[in-house]
Amino acid sequence: MALFKYSAPSAFYPLAGKLVPWFGAAAFVLGVVGLYIGLFVAPEDFQQGEVYRIIFIHVPTAWMGMFIYLVMAMYGVLALIYQTRLSAMMMEALAPTGAIFTALALWTGALWGKPTWGTYWAWDARMTSTLILLFLYIGYIALVNAIEDKKRADKAGALLVIVGSVNVPIIYFSVKWWNTLHQGASISVSGGNKMAMTMLLAMLIMALACWMYSIAVALCRVRAIILERERHTQWVREIKEVR
Amino acid sequence: MSAANASNAALPISAREIIPEKGVLVAARRDLALAMRSRGELVQALAFFVICVSLFPLAIGPESALLKRIAPGVVWVCALLAVLLTLPRLFQSDYQDGTLEQCLLSPYPLPAICLGKMLSHWLTSGLPLAVLSPVLGLQFGLGGSELMVMVVGLLLGTPVLTAIGAIGAALVLGVRSGGMLLGLLVLPLYIPVLIFGAGAVEAVLAGVDPTANLYLLAALFLMALVATPYATSAALKIALD
Repeated sequence: MALFKYSAPSAFYPLAGKLVPWFGAAAFVLGVVGLYIGLFVAPEDFQQGEVYRIIFIHVPTAWMGMFIYLVMAMYGVLALIYQTRLSAMMMEALAPTGAIFTALALWTGALWGKPTWGTYWAWDARMTSTLILLFLYIGYIALVNAIEDKKRADKAGALLVIVGSVNVPIIYFSVKWWNTLHQGASISVSGGNKMAMTMLLAMLIMALACWMYSIAVALCRVRAIILERERHTQWVREIKEVR
Repeated sequence: MSAANASNAALPISAREIIPEKGVLVAARRDLALAMRSRGELVQALAFFVICVSLFPLAIGPESALLKRIAPGVVWVCALLAVLLTLPRLFQSDYQDGTLEQCLLSPYPLPAICLGKMLSHWLTSGLPLAVLSPVLGLQFGLGGSELMVMVVGLLLGTPVLTAIGAIGAALVLGVRSGGMLLGLLVLPLYIPVLIFGAGAVEAVLAGVDPTANLYLLAALFLMALVATPYATSAALKIALD
């Protein structure tokens, strides 16, 4: 398989460099189009008014926050089983993006909650489990930064994310049951209202934009990590931006 | 791995045959003996638990209805923190004096040794906490059946705290500011235990059947029992690599 060639940092570094502008440009174009449709074309919601438009940021960021953790867990499995250094570097590159998206989802959720629910924060099951997801990201980043030996940090981080990903469904359901136990029927995030086609379109385009952005940023960051880790090697000394 | 096995077989370690499962008992007995030699540490964790719980009425006020309402949560959160503080004891000194490396080389499988260490840790941390908890519950005005459920919940839940904590304790071995980091890693993973444990007592308070919560705790316990020794031994191998 020719693809396996790129599991070597020295081969992946130039490839990532070539891919970054493409994903970056796609993120920009999709973001502009998605925001335009979301903010100007999509109709006003008859119940919530203009406030609802924050979902075009909120929902895609929440999706990405969860999805990136799963991607990290997948890389973690690769890192532990195949001992590929690049997988662990990808985890390290993805973690800040995932954490930022999770934080953004919470932040935009709070901004949306104030005018619609009348409160910035409710201990709703989804909000609480998103908050816990943010804690998991912070734990991973803290652990990887605290261990000085990079090889050990990679593996420890991989194991932590795998253990965390096994726990994510348990945490989600425990929080959900806890919530129903305490609050009864209070606020439902997924009110059964149907979305207009343009709203759905805008949201999907924004989700794609977030994907592209995540890939572009993660590739940028992984290039920096590769350079930092491999700075003593011959191939790094020979590439032109280093020379 | 196979080379190591072959050299092990060639060594005249002992005439008797090694039963892998016995590693649990061997490790547990050794750790218990060590724990019994420093009883002060055990008492410290319990004292921390008691002090921590007693702070809440002082902060919130002596209103008995409110105290009764928050009692399950307070006792469980304090139990969580008390167990968290004892976690470094699991591997720290063994890591520093090289015993862990010997454990890795021993003919007993590492997951069995990990399970033994967890067992000993629970006997010296979670079990005393559970036994002590009714006294604290009484301070908060909990009645007989509530206390009963609280003890059962703690008996089921604290082993999970030890088991998940063992993974975290193994991951942060030899890391600067490991104690703080350990809390960061482990506390989010403790949330389900906290929810079901405190939920069981609250169910009794609310006049609902608490068995669902207790069953869920038991399920967590069984899952932890099966999975965490392997995860912990993987984490130990990473730490000693």
